[in-house]
Amino acid sequence: MSATLLGAEKATNTPAAPPTVPRRRLSRRALLLISAAVVWTVGFVFLHGTGTLALPTSELTDLHRSLNQFNSWVASNRDDNPVFLYLLSPLRSAVDAVAAVFTTVFAASSTGLGLPEIGWLGTVALLGWLAFAVGNARVALLTVAVFTFFGLQGLFVEAAHTFALVVTSVLLSLLVGLPLGVLAGISSRVEKIITPVLDFMQILPTFVYLAPLALVFLIGPASAVIATVIYAAPPIIRLTAHGIRGIPENTREASDSLGTTPLQRLFTLQIPMAKRTIVMGINQGTMAALSMVTIAALIAAPGLGQVVVRALQSLDVGTAVNAGLSIVLMAIVLDRVTTAASERARPATQRRRSALPRRTRMILVGATFALALVLVQLSRTMLWAARFPQEINIGPAITSGVDAASEWLQTHLFLLTGAFREAVTVAFLNPFQTAITDTPFFIMFAALALVAYAFGGWKLTALVLACLTVIVYLGLWGDAMVTLASTLVATVIVMVLGIVFGVAMGRSERFDKLMRPVLDAGQTLPAFVYLVPFLGLFGATRFTAIIAGVIYAAPAAIKIMADGISGVSPTVVEAAVASGSTPWQVITKVQLPMARKSLGLAANQGLIYVLAMVVVGALVGAGGLGYDVVAGFVQSSLFGKGLAAGLAIVFLGILLDRITQAAAFSAPSRSRSTAPSATTKEA
Amino acid sequence: MTSSDISVRNLWKVFGAGGAKIPLDPELSALPSSQLLERTGCVAAVKNMNFDVAKGEVFVIMGLSGSGKSTLIRCLTRLIEPTSGSVTIGGRDILQARPAELRELRRQKMSMVFQHFGLLPHRTVLDNVAYGLQIRGAAKNERYARSREVIELVGLKGYESHFPEQLSGGMQQRVGLARALAGDPDAILFDEPFSALDPLIRRDMQAEVIRLHKDMGKTMVFVTHDLSEALKLGDRILIMRHGEAVQCGTGDELVGSPANDYIADFVSEVPRSDVLTLKWIADPVAAGTPGDAPVLSSDTIIRDAISTVMHSSSPVLVEESGTIMGQIDRDSILSVLHGAVPHGTRAAA
Repeated sequence: MSATLLGAEKATNTPAAPPTVPRRRLSRRALLLISAAVVWTVGFVFLHGTGTLALPTSELTDLHRSLNQFNSWVASNRDDNPVFLYLLSPLRSAVDAVAAVFTTVFAASSTGLGLPEIGWLGTVALLGWLAFAVGNARVALLTVAVFTFFGLQGLFVEAAHTFALVVTSVLLSLLVGLPLGVLAGISSRVEKIITPVLDFMQILPTFVYLAPLALVFLIGPASAVIATVIYAAPPIIRLTAHGIRGIPENTREASDSLGTTPLQRLFTLQIPMAKRTIVMGINQGTMAALSMVTIAALIAAPGLGQVVVRALQSLDVGTAVNAGLSIVLMAIVLDRVTTAASERARPATQRRRSALPRRTRMILVGATFALALVLVQLSRTMLWAARFPQEINIGPAITSGVDAASEWLQTHLFLLTGAFREAVTVAFLNPFQTAITDTPFFIMFAALALVAYAFGGWKLTALVLACLTVIVYLGLWGDAMVTLASTLVATVIVMVLGIVFGVAMGRSERFDKLMRPVLDAGQTLPAFVYLVPFLGLFGATRFTAIIAGVIYAAPAAIKIMADGISGVSPTVVEAAVASGSTPWQVITKVQLPMARKSLGLAANQGLIYVLAMVVVGALVGAGGLGYDVVAGFVQSSLFGKGLAAGLAIVFLGILLDRITQAAAFSAPSRSRSTAPSATTKEA
Repeated sequence: MTSSDISVRNLWKVFGAGGAKIPLDPELSALPSSQLLERTGCVAAVKNMNFDVAKGEVFVIMGLSGSGKSTLIRCLTRLIEPTSGSVTIGGRDILQARPAELRELRRQKMSMVFQHFGLLPHRTVLDNVAYGLQIRGAAKNERYARSREVIELVGLKGYESHFPEQLSGGMQQRVGLARALAGDPDAILFDEPFSALDPLIRRDMQAEVIRLHKDMGKTMVFVTHDLSEALKLGDRILIMRHGEAVQCGTGDELVGSPANDYIADFVSEVPRSDVLTLKWIADPVAAGTPGDAPVLSSDTIIRDAISTVMHSSSPVLVEESGTIMGQIDRDSILSVLHGAVPHGTRAAA
């Protein structure tokens, strides 16, 4: 018996090989995977350094040059090409106009003193009131406090710019997303068309579409808003559709049996019952919008993102932390207010617990609105209420404080952090990267094709080969392999974290409760913000970039693992405990094997998230495709290469996504779920 | 039971690709379900169903899970689209009805009570009950007045402003019942309405339905998998198996003369003396029976006859529509109580 247990344990350690699928299939897949490893090793040993297709940073291929020409073609034809004249330029003007309205109201008007329409006091008052109206008094107070704090930081105008763009983007996302979501919820055909598009948008790393958008819509608020809508609309569409689809069949049937028309069904049943999920979609969309608006600083979107990007480029940790803090605080406010709104949308139970009777609340909302209007009016007449007083500015204090702390850390902890960084880089990262980048491309082709065939058969192999060919054609094979190496290293770390924390959370409800808010915060914070403290600790290196990717991706992987572990039937766990398993045995022989699907899913999501951070990582020292993309933003001569690198990231993403998905879902689940219970019975 | 209210003819529901052809194909349509599945990949949930429900009757469709009973009742209001056949309600074939007509029919003629209640969680009890009326376009005052009436009728007065999740299962089903009654339909369809309730509450709800039926006399079609519920509520019972009707008749007909072994097995646990009437156990009048012996109607349930027979010194005569059709004595009663099967084996006992 111990032999079979050992076998099962071995199998769970390598997610590639399913533990108890029929023997023949297991051996065939294992054989294919082993031969892939052999091909790679042999190829590396005998042929390393040849056929690596490396392209020096400043060199271009013909493709890149022709993409550059496309750039100049667009520039010269913008004013007379009909597509631009009648479609893209009007779209840009319209989006610009909407953005300008909010920017003028909250941040700065384009005339005179550049004062906003409603000044800082008016903004604080109005937003506080809004938070109270859609949420509750607590989030209203939070809103007022945070927006006032922006002023104290000396960043009110920047924060207001960011906020204005977020509001514009969320409104436009709702305009696009809600109808589409409702349609996708009602009609299976629409859902079928829309789902792959949304999937694709999800694996598309955020930076990749910034350059093409900037090309078409020029840099500035319009491109930023359009990029943000592309990023923020999918969660809104998905959750709206999910909410409408999630209505229990029996409720729908009951309403049908009373003779509802489709329109009546939509308005009396589907939308009210999906309301909470829809508001949760708005929450996610809003967080995504904030994240993207800050990133869009790279294409000259005004606001806090600009401050961070400039600080990162000059390695000014203090300023970056100050602005990063603002972004975090804004994220918290937006999250809390939209969450409070979704609580309010909860049916039935809410009214039971509500502290304020409806009537009192209505009166309060009215009264506070009047107060807000008074303050808005005050802002329009008094300069001190329009522009945040410069005298009370603690921004410089924060900046210099952080600078001092960071300097102290770097001088005193450098031995520690530096040693850690060097150890990981030299022992782990460098050899692995060499093993990937120095292998000839045709060997990588063969090895990856074998892996793909092992998991997904001919179809997947064809797709993988196509993706690889495109990457070679884009002329960025070498850079893609550098990115692949650090992505894989980051994903391995993510998976280790995912398994350790996921198992702990899945087994202990208390730990789960403790961790959830931390993970939620990690997922909602804009990607930029992570970089700042690690930049302070580790300096601008590849290692810092990997850490950034890990922190961005780990929450998702941990959550998936925790859900998978806690989803294991308690009866099976009980049976295992009753038959005398130690906790370790329960974890390795029951919970992890039964949560195998989650393991695969966590790896898949981990990879996608890490890949999404590739470009951000390039801002703090990572090379590879991310660097090419960033360089493409900065230097117009590298525009084509940057565009190609963006595309290469997309194809790398598709490749990794498909392989991990196939690995996660190809093993039959039935044999898996019966296997551990059989094991426990044996024991 | 005067005119028939619901009339079902040759009704088929076949799930699966190409299912529409199966009822037309004489060979395929004759196949048993398992072979049909093997040959065509289709599942015939309802096969060639024929029955009539009279006005004011309580018609019970019963069968084990997977027998197609829930599909059948959904076909009656086209929540599931039947494959072929006809369902005539109030003289109108609803399978021919256009969507608007079908809606009208659902709004006015028949409503349904569901196993899992199907209440709208975001609406109060009052708004749930008023939902059907709102859908019809009734004015607010009118629909609330009517809803309050119905809520009182099902014994939920005082709970109007509660939300469904604040109520127990039994109370939620009362809301479901009230919602069905609010529109004053001609017929009410019940899809295993009490299966999700615990036994005591189930008994209360059954009594409630019997009471409402007595008061309002509505036609009811009632789906259940519980034989005792079927016997308690049903004027007539249709037993389904694999989508087919196995037997249709009154409770004592099913118990007294089961059509085949399946039904016999099904009803074997039923206490016969509670269901059968005297006509099922009456012997021919013997020569020695005195003419002044007590007389009981042949419709009397055996259990109700026990004390008369036991206290009588002679056998008891059984009369049916004015004439004496037989007699019963202590032995015949005791053998039923003992569990023997009447008729065929009665002579031996």
